[in-house]
Amino acid sequence: MKHASKLADFALLIGFAVMVALGPVIFEPIGAGYPDLLQKFAIYGIFAIGFNILFGLTGYLSFGHAAFLGVGSYAAVWSFKLVSMDLVPAILLAVLFAGILALAIGYVSLRRSGIYFSILTLAFAQMCYNMAYSVLTPITNGETGLRVLRDDPRVVDAVFGYVSPAPSLFGLQMTGWAGYYVCGAVLVAAFGLSIAVFRSPFGMTLRAIKSNQKRMGFTGYNTRPFLLTAFIISGMYAGLAGALLAAVDPLAGAERMQWTASGEVVLMTILGGAGTLLGPVVGTGMIKYFENIFSSYNDVQLAAIFSFLPDDLRDNVVSVLGMFVGEGWALTLGLLFMLVVIFLPGGIMEGVMRLLRLKHTPKVKSLGDSPQRDAIGESVIEDMPPDDHTSRTRESAKAMRETAS
Amino acid sequence: MDALILQIMNGLDKGAAYALIALGLTLAFGTLGVVNFAHGALFMLGAFCAVTLHKLLTLETVRIDPTQTTPWGSPLEIRTPFVQDLLGDWGRFLIDLSVPVSILLAIPVMLLIGVVLERGLIRFFYKRPHADQILVTFGLAIVLQEIVKQIFGANPIPQTAPEIFSGSLSLTETIVYPYWRIVYLVFSLAVIGAVFAFLQLTTFGMVVRAGMQDRETVGLLGINVERRFTIVFGIAAIVAGVAGVMYTPILPPDYHMGMDFLVMSFVVVVVGGMGSLPGAVLAGFLLGIVQSFASMNEVKALIPGIDQIIIYLVAVAVLLVRPRGLMGRKGVMES
Repeated sequence: MKHASKLADFALLIGFAVMVALGPVIFEPIGAGYPDLLQKFAIYGIFAIGFNILFGLTGYLSFGHAAFLGVGSYAAVWSFKLVSMDLVPAILLAVLFAGILALAIGYVSLRRSGIYFSILTLAFAQMCYNMAYSVLTPITNGETGLRVLRDDPRVVDAVFGYVSPAPSLFGLQMTGWAGYYVCGAVLVAAFGLSIAVFRSPFGMTLRAIKSNQKRMGFTGYNTRPFLLTAFIISGMYAGLAGALLAAVDPLAGAERMQWTASGEVVLMTILGGAGTLLGPVVGTGMIKYFENIFSSYNDVQLAAIFSFLPDDLRDNVVSVLGMFVGEGWALTLGLLFMLVVIFLPGGIMEGVMRLLRLKHTPKVKSLGDSPQRDAIGESVIEDMPPDDHTSRTRESAKAMRETAS
Repeated sequence: MDALILQIMNGLDKGAAYALIALGLTLAFGTLGVVNFAHGALFMLGAFCAVTLHKLLTLETVRIDPTQTTPWGSPLEIRTPFVQDLLGDWGRFLIDLSVPVSILLAIPVMLLIGVVLERGLIRFFYKRPHADQILVTFGLAIVLQEIVKQIFGANPIPQTAPEIFSGSLSLTETIVYPYWRIVYLVFSLAVIGAVFAFLQLTTFGMVVRAGMQDRETVGLLGINVERRFTIVFGIAAIVAGVAGVMYTPILPPDYHMGMDFLVMSFVVVVVGGMGSLPGAVLAGFLLGIVQSFASMNEVKALIPGIDQIIIYLVAVAVLLVRPRGLMGRKGVMES
């Protein structure tokens, strides 16, 4: 299988790092150039990149990833309470605990595939959510949420006489621009790691599992350890994101584990394009940006915007649009979810690819990543002229695959 | 001993709700092969049919009676539901019975919703991967519940059972069981029986069962399987809807009740065996009873918090021992 060269991957990573570094400048014109929002982009971007390693590569749709995010947050806050205000031990602990939880959940859930897997992960996440509110209240502090207190025994900090009022990285505060660049650096590292996973033999194995798990079994692969590894990696990514969330806002609550949070990361990933490298980050940016914009509007502002309309018409327009903004953002999110799944299952990245393919020869592909459904068809696609044949060849390749399975 | 009997009865009740939702879920899944994450939302919509009817029936006319005054000195307002004005005692009777009467509203409404959903959305997803089906119905569930939230608000809206069922049955000193729960149990058994009778005893049901086994062959025999499956999806929606209607006096409906029940009923379906109708019913009652037992104080004292997670533990145990669930068939959803 032909692939993007090492150089192109490196260029992609450098380009990505430059984008992150120039984030404040790039997002300024659309009114998103302030640290809080960009930090959110970065943190949820890490979450989505991790989710994509599982869903994009293996096709296993987990509906319980928010549980790992929540566990990561709790672990990080406990680290802020007991170990140190520094970010490093918090991240390590969060990743560790999220990994352990992912091992446990993955071990059981991966016994089944397809729908069963989705349902099992959803059930486990709900179980974690319920437990955080009930049995585990001594650890999670229930509905109040877990918070960092001034007189917590920070063992390591006490030894070094290090005092910091808020979570920090070697004295660097996690708020403002410094906080954004810390998160951004972690995002770039996470992105680089995901390129490595995508290109590694391990990543290829995962793609092979996605395209035909049965055949993998026939060739003598035991697929489950690979799947479990992918599941744990993506759980650890979620734990990392959870730790950063806790560092930015050191109040961990169970609502981060709710099924809506799990659904949101699925949406981010498929909106951008599951199975592509850049897709999850793009999707995250879109969702968080729109969330920020939509939920900040209210009926009064809408009325001001549509003040040019006649009064009656304006009231109607405002009352209809009012359903979708502010509190109604969840409704917009649900609609967006449906529209993306119905009309653009490959996500924005596939849309962009299609547009590019209309204009150029397929050389462009090496810039981003191979599209989602390339398991067998890819070598065929590269050699074919970029017209209708491509889709037809893909269809036949898909048909062949289905006959084979 | 008394506590034990009481828990079994409580469990039967909860299990009945699980079984009804899981039954509809399995019907839709067995016929159309679609995993419907919006099924919980259908349960919720059913519950809100009851809320709507109650609201309609209790629309009031306000009359000012100048001869009487309130303690604050202003003229007394006499509010009477207009149904009562219109129909007198019979109207009052109707308001009292609003929950059971809502079933009459819920059946056509849910049938319509089910058929529109299937024709308008879900049928385009038969050929798509299961992940896409899950995602689109998940989005639909969010949309439905957000719409309900915008119309009815976020707070639970309590509904009352008819007065004749409002008391409790006391078998002994300690076993006290609300009448409405007995009604719910009987009702759900009747619905389950009706669904099975429909599938087993009618020609329509026979064709549907044949279609579940081998859709292609039935199609080759010149039968329009698709249209029948659409109707089955409508029936599944009705089952979820009426289950929701009758559950309102037990649990005040709010916009996210569907999602809470959905997760449970998916576990029920997985435990019962995907695609098996008897399995869904059996597992529903079983898990309901198990959950009730786990919430007994004696058990909770032994293992704290067990009531929150027992269902998932049972599900995990069943899946590890019998990966296809209790009554799952070979070859269903295995690819």
